[in-house]
Amino acid sequence: MYSFNYHIPKNIDEATTLFEKSNEPKYLAGGMTLVASMKQRLTAPSDLIDLSKMDTLKSIVVEGKNLKIGALTTHNSISKSKDIKSTISGLCDLSNGIGDQSVRNFGTIGGSIANADPAADWPAAILALKSQIETNMRIINGEEFFKGMFETILDEKEIITQISFEIPSYFTYVKFPNPASRYAIVGIGLSVYDKIARVSVTGASHTPFRASEIESALSKNFKIDSIPLNSVSSENLNNDIHASAEYRSHLIDVLTKDAVRTYTQ
Amino acid sequence: MENKTIKININGKDFEENINSNLLLIDFIREKIKLTGSHIGCDTSQCGSCMVLYNDICLKSCSVLAIQMDGAKITTIEGISDGDNLHPMQESFRECHGLQCGFCTPGMIISAIALIKEKPTPSEKDIREHLEGNLCRCTGYENIVKSISAGAEKMKG
Ligand SMILES: Cc1cc2nc3c(=O)[nH]c(=O)nc-3n(C[C@H](O)[C@H](O)[C@H](O)COP(=O)(O)OP(=O)(O)OC[C@H]3O[C@@H](n4cnc5c(N)ncnc54)[C@H](O)[C@@H]3O)c2cc1C
Ligand code: FES
Ligand code: FES
Repeated sequence: MYSFNYHIPKNIDEATTLFEKSNEPKYLAGGMTLVASMKQRLTAPSDLIDLSKMDTLKSIVVEGKNLKIGALTTHNSISKSKDIKSTISGLCDLSNGIGDQSVRNFGTIGGSIANADPAADWPAAILALKSQIETNMRIINGEEFFKGMFETILDEKEIITQISFEIPSYFTYVKFPNPASRYAIVGIGLSVYDKIARVSVTGASHTPFRASEIESALSKNFKIDSIPLNSVSSENLNNDIHASAEYRSHLIDVLTKDAVRTYTQ
Repeated sequence: MENKTIKININGKDFEENINSNLLLIDFIREKIKLTGSHIGCDTSQCGSCMVLYNDICLKSCSVLAIQMDGAKITTIEGISDGDNLHPMQESFRECHGLQCGFCTPGMIISAIALIKEKPTPSEKDIREHLEGNLCRCTGYENIVKSISAGAEKMKG
């Protein structure tokens, strides 16, 4: 790993000022992804701006019909939160399925979505739920956030402060994990708001997306049998050593059935 | 600055060292403090042989920078026994034959202790799930799981 300047700002203003003054800076949260890519020299920032001491970005609150999670909250704090368990318990299960204990102890929700790994779990929740990504500059609609492989709408110096989810009547996330890393080969997020279903897919393509044909079928008739088969064509899906595109297309159908089954059970 | 003086408490002892920003915690522990019980297996956050305790929770020390740990309290495998008296979890690994070559063992034991702190009576499923981040390439997991169940019992005292 190349060396770099290390800063540990106390608040957002200090962090953005440092960012503007530096040559090729990067923000650091849990470091579970960033430190690994620096070790491999895939990235070599001139300055690391460590956000991890900003305790104001670690809160979990329920406000009216919204659940708000601070960007620096770790996966394990989320999976153990009583407030999340009692509002959107599927998010506890999602975060508890990420990597392993050590990754969950340090990796954060903000770091995960900022990184926009196409096989990450959180993006499925961002799309399946009605969500908003709050930053130091603006509020972004969850559906507009992901722009491609490791690409988001975020400006370079923008800091995610909080993620807000509208509490649905139901949410679940099911994934077919890579047995080594636990990243999703395919992951399906399913939510229901006033009988309208929303279905998101992660892991299958270069970026997460919503499966609109499945959504409308389930919104008309919320039954396993009404899920249209092969509705997400393998044409635009990933084809790699982990799974073929055809297999991923099939997994989308199978996992969506599993997700609907958890609702009817 | 690329260099910084950090303070870390390791196994109850305070250390103050001037380090380069790009030093990993595992290298700090092994090279600077000369505690070589925490091993480097994969160096890519997969195997858990570098596992240490950060307060009471487990951390793969190859996956973070030492500089991120300024002010932290770390426990390594060398810090769990009471002099020559092994920690109950170490005893159980010995009694249940929870190791062969022993390379993964410090990480397994540290992981197990973190699990027991959270769940004093873990089920076999809890143990297997918790070991997701620990790889053993020779014993097989049967005896490791047995060792952890037995260690949990012993730790109740
Ligand atoms: C062994 C292993 C297994 C894993 N398994 C899974 C898995 O099964 N599923 C899964 O989804 N993920 C998995 N991950 C990734 C994990 O979820 C990471 O926590 C996550 O990708 C990055 O979070 P972090 O807090 O560590 O971010 P960092 O590594 O610190 O940062 C990642 C990127 O996000 C940026 N960033 C961080 N915080 C902010 C912020 N608040 N605002 C703006 N930008 C920010 C950083 O600049 C950096 O570019 C795994 C990782 C490892 C090492
Ligand atoms: S050496 Fe750290 S996880 Fe393998
Ligand atoms: S005992 Fe040899 S790797 Fe586990």
